[in-house]
Amino acid sequence: MEPAVHLRDAVALLGRFPALAGIDLDVRRGEIVLLRGPNGAGKTTVLRVCAGLVPVVRGVATVLGHDLRRDVRPVRRRVGLLGHATGLFDDLTVADNVTFWGRAYRAGDADIAAALDLVGLSTRLRDVPVARLSAGQRRRTSLACLLARRPELWLLDEPHAGLDHDARDLLDGLARQAVDQGATVVMSSHELERAEALADRVVELDGGMAGQTLHEVPHVA
Amino acid sequence: MWRDASLVAGRDLRVEARSRVTINQVAPFALLVLILFAFALDPDGPVLERATPGLYWITVLFSALLAIARSAAVDEADGVRDALRLSALDPAGVFVGKALAVAAELAALEALLGLGVIILYGADPAALGLLGGTCLTATVAVASTGTLYGALVSGLRVRETLLPLLLLPVLAPVLIAATRAFEAALGGVPADGWPWCGLLAAFAVLYSVAGALAYGTLLEGS
Repeated sequence: MEPAVHLRDAVALLGRFPALAGIDLDVRRGEIVLLRGPNGAGKTTVLRVCAGLVPVVRGVATVLGHDLRRDVRPVRRRVGLLGHATGLFDDLTVADNVTFWGRAYRAGDADIAAALDLVGLSTRLRDVPVARLSAGQRRRTSLACLLARRPELWLLDEPHAGLDHDARDLLDGLARQAVDQGATVVMSSHELERAEALADRVVELDGGMAGQTLHEVPHVA
Repeated sequence: MWRDASLVAGRDLRVEARSRVTINQVAPFALLVLILFAFALDPDGPVLERATPGLYWITVLFSALLAIARSAAVDEADGVRDALRLSALDPAGVFVGKALAVAAELAALEALLGLGVIILYGADPAALGLLGGTCLTATVAVASTGTLYGALVSGLRVRETLLPLLLLPVLAPVLIAATRAFEAALGGVPADGWPWCGLLAAFAVLYSVAGALAYGTLLEGS
């Protein structure tokens, strides 16, 4: 089976500036890979490249079998990105937000309701405007939006940030459950102990802007 | 595309209904401009009567700037643009939906301002068909052009000041045509107004098509 992510000597640009300079990365389907590295190592950029949000201008870059250099649209519809930004509308309620994004991802009403239920937002907070939520509750709402679209590739950028202990456990459980159902997860996190326990494989990024290198770290989950 | 347009228009109108920016800020602003014009030009003199069509449409354009800036700001919040790029939404549908939402807000404002010019300026609406046709085509023209330019300046630090600088000159033909059509409807010869209405319709079609075609590229570039 083709890998979920296959990057070879991939060069990506942010505007006119190089963001990734010739990296190699392979992620097999159905595994959880943790990207580890210091601030500025390029973890977020790798995730955004995999989502088709940062253009690859040289090298080989395929995600879920699609060439990112040819057409990113088929990739974008099959990945889910949980990043630093929540993508939520402050004036709308939790249910409004999840319903809008769910429908934007072509999810059915049952998937949307299930997503709200899974993250514990189907009752008390359902009709609360997002502007009144705490950072952790906003993160849960973003997670519900991601769950509603049932992505094949989960891209989690610092997914534990801002979450309480229960929510972190919930997120880890949902990620593991998604993998059990055939999805693939690539994530970055500074919560190393927790993230390494969740990951099947750890990949280290170092070198900064001019030349990242990715290498696998011996890891026992 | 229409399904996506309906989804996006519904979202923008729901955001508007919850935030009440149009009701609490844009509408009072528009009425205030009308009142200030009435103070500046003697309400009992012929100048105000002659200037009513132009003042009405200038007020609509100023109010439209606020509504358009607000509409663009909705999609600039906290990662929304990336989420839109990752969604399965047709960019043309997003454009049409946003333009429809702005048009709905403008239509409500125009109705309010219409009452304002009748009460404050003593305007006598006669040729209702021409007035309605002018409002419809001008509203679509302003909403589609504004949505397109709102996306063009999106993501720029100077977008608030750049949007009116770019948009008002582009909308000058709309101002002129809508004013001439209103002049014909409010006391002139209504038949003279229809060619102007046709020009507005052509402008509306041109910018609606251009916006639907260009919105995806603008979404990627911002």
